[in-house]
Amino acid sequence: MTTMRVPTRISSLLELEAVRAAGADVIALRQAMETPITEAPEVHLLVCGDTGCRANKSPLTRRTMEELVVEHGLADRVKVVQVGCFGFCKAGPVVVVYPGGTFYCHVKPQDCAEILLRHVMGGQPVERLLFTPNPKEKVRFHTTVDLPFYQGQVRRVLKNCGLINPESIDEAIAADRYFALAKALLEMTPDEVIAELKKSGLRGRGGAGFPTGLKWELCQKAVGDVKYVVCNADEGDPGAFMDRSILEGDPHGVLEAMAMAGYAIGAQQGYIYVRAEYPLAVERLKLAIRQARERGLLGKNILGTGFSFDIDIRLGAGAFVCGEETALIESIEGKRGMPRPKPPFPATAGLWQKPTLNNNVETYANIPQIVLFGADWFRQLGTEKSPGTKVFALAGQINNTGLVEVPMGTKLRDVVFTIGGGVPKGREFKAAQTGGPSGGCIPAEHLDTPLDFESLPALGTMMGSGGLTIMTDTACMVDLARFYLEFTQDESCGKCPPCRIGTKRMLELLEQICEGKGTHADIDQLERLAVGIRKGSLCGLGQSAPNPVLSTLRYYRDEYLAHVDDHKCPAGRCKALTEYQIDQELCKGCALCARSCPTDAIVGEVKHPFSIKIDLCIRCGNCYDVCKFHAVVR
Amino acid sequence: MINLTIDRVPVSVEPGTTVLEAARQHGIRIPTLCYLKDINQIGACRMCLIEAKGYRGLQTACTLPCAEGMEVSTNTKDVRETRKLILELLLSDHNISCPTCVRQGNCELLRLSQEAGITDLPIKGELHQSAIDHSSPAISLDATKCVLCQRCVAVCREVQGVSAIGLVNRGFESRVAPFFQAQLNAAACANCGQCTLVCPTGALTERDDTAAVWEALHDPTKHVIVQTAPAIRVAVGETFGLPAGSISTGQMVTGLRRLGFDRVFDTTFTADLTIVEEASELEERLTHGGTLPLITSCSPGWVKYAEHFYPTMLPHLSTCKSPQQMFGALAKTYYAEKYGLDPKDIVSVSIMPCTAKKFEAGRPEMNASGYQDVDHVLTTREFGRMLRQAGVNLKKLPDSEFDSPLGLSTGAGVIFGTTGGVMEAALRTAAEWLTGNQLNGRVKFTEVRGEVRGIKEATVVVGGNVLRVAVANGLAAAARMLEKIQAGEVQYHFVEIMGCPGGCIGGGGQPIPPDGPEELDEVRQARIQSLYTIDEMSTIRRSHENPAVQALYREFLGEPLGEKSHHLLHTHYQVRHPAGVRTGR
Repeated sequence: MTTMRVPTRISSLLELEAVRAAGADVIALRQAMETPITEAPEVHLLVCGDTGCRANKSPLTRRTMEELVVEHGLADRVKVVQVGCFGFCKAGPVVVVYPGGTFYCHVKPQDCAEILLRHVMGGQPVERLLFTPNPKEKVRFHTTVDLPFYQGQVRRVLKNCGLINPESIDEAIAADRYFALAKALLEMTPDEVIAELKKSGLRGRGGAGFPTGLKWELCQKAVGDVKYVVCNADEGDPGAFMDRSILEGDPHGVLEAMAMAGYAIGAQQGYIYVRAEYPLAVERLKLAIRQARERGLLGKNILGTGFSFDIDIRLGAGAFVCGEETALIESIEGKRGMPRPKPPFPATAGLWQKPTLNNNVETYANIPQIVLFGADWFRQLGTEKSPGTKVFALAGQINNTGLVEVPMGTKLRDVVFTIGGGVPKGREFKAAQTGGPSGGCIPAEHLDTPLDFESLPALGTMMGSGGLTIMTDTACMVDLARFYLEFTQDESCGKCPPCRIGTKRMLELLEQICEGKGTHADIDQLERLAVGIRKGSLCGLGQSAPNPVLSTLRYYRDEYLAHVDDHKCPAGRCKALTEYQIDQELCKGCALCARSCPTDAIVGEVKHPFSIKIDLCIRCGNCYDVCKFHAVVR
Repeated sequence: MINLTIDRVPVSVEPGTTVLEAARQHGIRIPTLCYLKDINQIGACRMCLIEAKGYRGLQTACTLPCAEGMEVSTNTKDVRETRKLILELLLSDHNISCPTCVRQGNCELLRLSQEAGITDLPIKGELHQSAIDHSSPAISLDATKCVLCQRCVAVCREVQGVSAIGLVNRGFESRVAPFFQAQLNAAACANCGQCTLVCPTGALTERDDTAAVWEALHDPTKHVIVQTAPAIRVAVGETFGLPAGSISTGQMVTGLRRLGFDRVFDTTFTADLTIVEEASELEERLTHGGTLPLITSCSPGWVKYAEHFYPTMLPHLSTCKSPQQMFGALAKTYYAEKYGLDPKDIVSVSIMPCTAKKFEAGRPEMNASGYQDVDHVLTTREFGRMLRQAGVNLKKLPDSEFDSPLGLSTGAGVIFGTTGGVMEAALRTAAEWLTGNQLNGRVKFTEVRGEVRGIKEATVVVGGNVLRVAVANGLAAAARMLEKIQAGEVQYHFVEIMGCPGGCIGGGGQPIPPDGPEELDEVRQARIQSLYTIDEMSTIRRSHENPAVQALYREFLGEPLGEKSHHLLHTHYQVRHPAGVRTGR
């Protein structure tokens, strides 16, 4: 390793470059695929430190590894590094070994010694910890290059996630962080920054897809003595965690982009509004801000240019509506988070009635590379109207859950079946839900839809912030609509009647239908309410709340009718309409169902057919799922 | 000027005008529920939805600024259907109990429903449940009738600077309530009742005390007397559809007799008495170096506000009781003695423009007579309802006179009902006392008149003395003044503070204008004007010249600030919790 003096306070491009140079070897090592591990002067064991892997005790794995390294006297050569999300959350805790990029899954503390001794010392990968889609087969995937999960993915926004230690500003700088800011401040005028952004065609990743460059321009032109830059990190869609992973894995990218925004529009203060339920993201942001201030990359006279910009964090208390930009602004102001009518738009009268630029985390995370590499580079991926990439949180009934970054326009089919590894065995893909509670469904017949800002609305759904929930034949679409309405009516701020009362009424109707008590008139009423609430609500939350209902009515009206006319739930989800029985012919008397029953409703004698006591059955479906002989019927 | 069309009618408006105001200026009614000009323009109720060419979706007219060339449509199919649906939704969560609701005559929700052509209620569902908050002696809150327009919240915060209520919970569970879901009596509430004036439905109302008064009136063993505040005579007519500001003093007195009151007296009498005591107190503080400025204490909303928000300013408050309470103390002592009545048989009722008076009457220290001095306080609205309950048509009644001796008053006492009135009445007396003679007949002090949203200041030179005085109405304005006084930015000798905008005529117990609170400004002006008219027509216009007051001192009290006065007519204040946090403009 080089022993160049690393400046503590960075006050020029030269000093920034010195820091990058000091860390160049580290980055190079973590990208080295060919060097044989036994010959490498240094080995890095990258342990995922993102919330998902942490929930699976990755810190314990990391500490065990660190202790073993010391124990075996390897501390000089082997470094254990906590990094951000690799994306393949299903396989967590993930440990990746460089050089070579060997990708280990589900690494527990007891696996650490084997990795260290057999692989790092002996040069032999630990086969059993490599990914396989089917444990019964011998196929093993060694690296991120091989893993099907990464086929078709392009990690731009997530480029540093899983590469650098998010708690080290030096590593961030080594991975080019703050060079876009330096370029903007030293080589570009604010107009040029905005022009490049406009040329890039970047659209807001928070969901609405508003052209980012235009937003910056509006804010730059807005008259105001003081302006603000706001980062919306109040990610709230159920199942979505794109922004969280970005903040946990590469917080400096967002800080850098916000500073550029300040330069472009003429603001000196930024706020990151992040939900308090993201404690790790908050902690890493706080640390990143402190480091950036210490190094002079935030604060007064950044890089000696005379430009000053600082960032503070504001915590959201968990209200979904605070992701709506005007409610977010009210909340930052210390008021109850309730949306304000637009116009006036925040660009002209936002935070404390001052011109305010508000972008979402992923949007900011795109910007440094646009400034560094140019709009043309950015447009190389994606579609004409939706250039670049999009990060999706792949969840639901899919084999490979995780964080996925693909070029805009990638077909849903590729995301589900290649990257996502398809749906669990024996199940049939039914629909993908995008846009969370504001979105809708993409049914199986539209699997070849390109994921971009134009195609999804044409199907009655929306891009949203990136939640992508996969459903199979076990999902009831009426129940799905009910679930989302339950969410929105609970999260409604209460300010306007269409949302406050309307979502409640829609939920009540959906509950009736799910209970088999619905009528055709209820479906009509549901549609009338949906249209009126969409038109009449104050903010995006209310205006989009009916979407899950409209979307499921559009593609799955037959399921609604089955609930109403036949009092049947075709998917067997709606408990009131589902009754489980054991086929006496098919039952082998294995007792698996009885053991899985939480209410002891299944009785019988081993090796004789079992039966279900209907009065005790809570219709949870456990027996149906566990029976190997398809003897449980509904 | 900005040129646009509304429903194809070309209109020109000042820059900054909202579409709603532009429409109103040109006679186009766009329905509203949450709108209060300059106070609550939040686009919450969605009643004022309109279409504007080039604008996304439906827009709220109350928040949308007019723009050059804008084409606004207020009555399209989309607009009508959406408004109607939203009203149906509101009604689906409304405790529809019109026959028993005090607002059935002037409910804005009812009116909007009729205007929207709602003929049935197709949307059904759970009603949000909430017990009525009866904890406050002044104001009742029935959340099941609330439409969450937030006008009350805005008035409390912006006009009064009190913020005793806000929104709690979220979504369908959202409620207007004091913070932390406390009950009203546990909040830093001034009881001013401005919220009840702007509530479009029967959610926020005065606490109804009519039943207790009927009970007393029907009890043959009781001698029931009534006092009426100056502001009632220029407002009660409105409850019978008379124009705002109609003077119905004589008919009001007759009406009270028809209800069965044994004696009908006038709070104006004790207003005059207050002036004599308070002017003496001012003179005392001026000459003996007491705490200055002296601040009036006749507005119970202001007094309770001071106890919550400005406890360190309490020594500035005049120790004089309000006219209502002076009357109460005298009725069960002086009056009882004079007419040989046992005070325990006297039921003393007051008709007030004020909800805070209900609280004031119940203060434990207000029992100088040995009994609760004032037994029941009714607002103008409750009084109007009692007349209707008794089948008395105020408009058809002949005039009659107040009873004596507690019914004789001066023009100075009458103008107590308006902002600046106490100050002017005090100046009339003080000027004469300080100069030792009649101030060249000066009775008009126009410099302290008028409903100004802010602070009126004047310097009055009386007999070589320079008196710096100031007047504030509305608690937010009062707070602005107090901040300046505390900061030493201003020096006054005497300050009048009225809790409500416009003074008592704008009190929280006054009739609600038939077309909603937007008319309040105009209505207050008319009532103020009428009080000055009564003053002009009065033969006696200085409080200390009131012969009944003079007789009272002669026969009973002795002298101003004397021992009896001290016992019966003066009071003290206390620090109240929770401590208030000042808000608003």
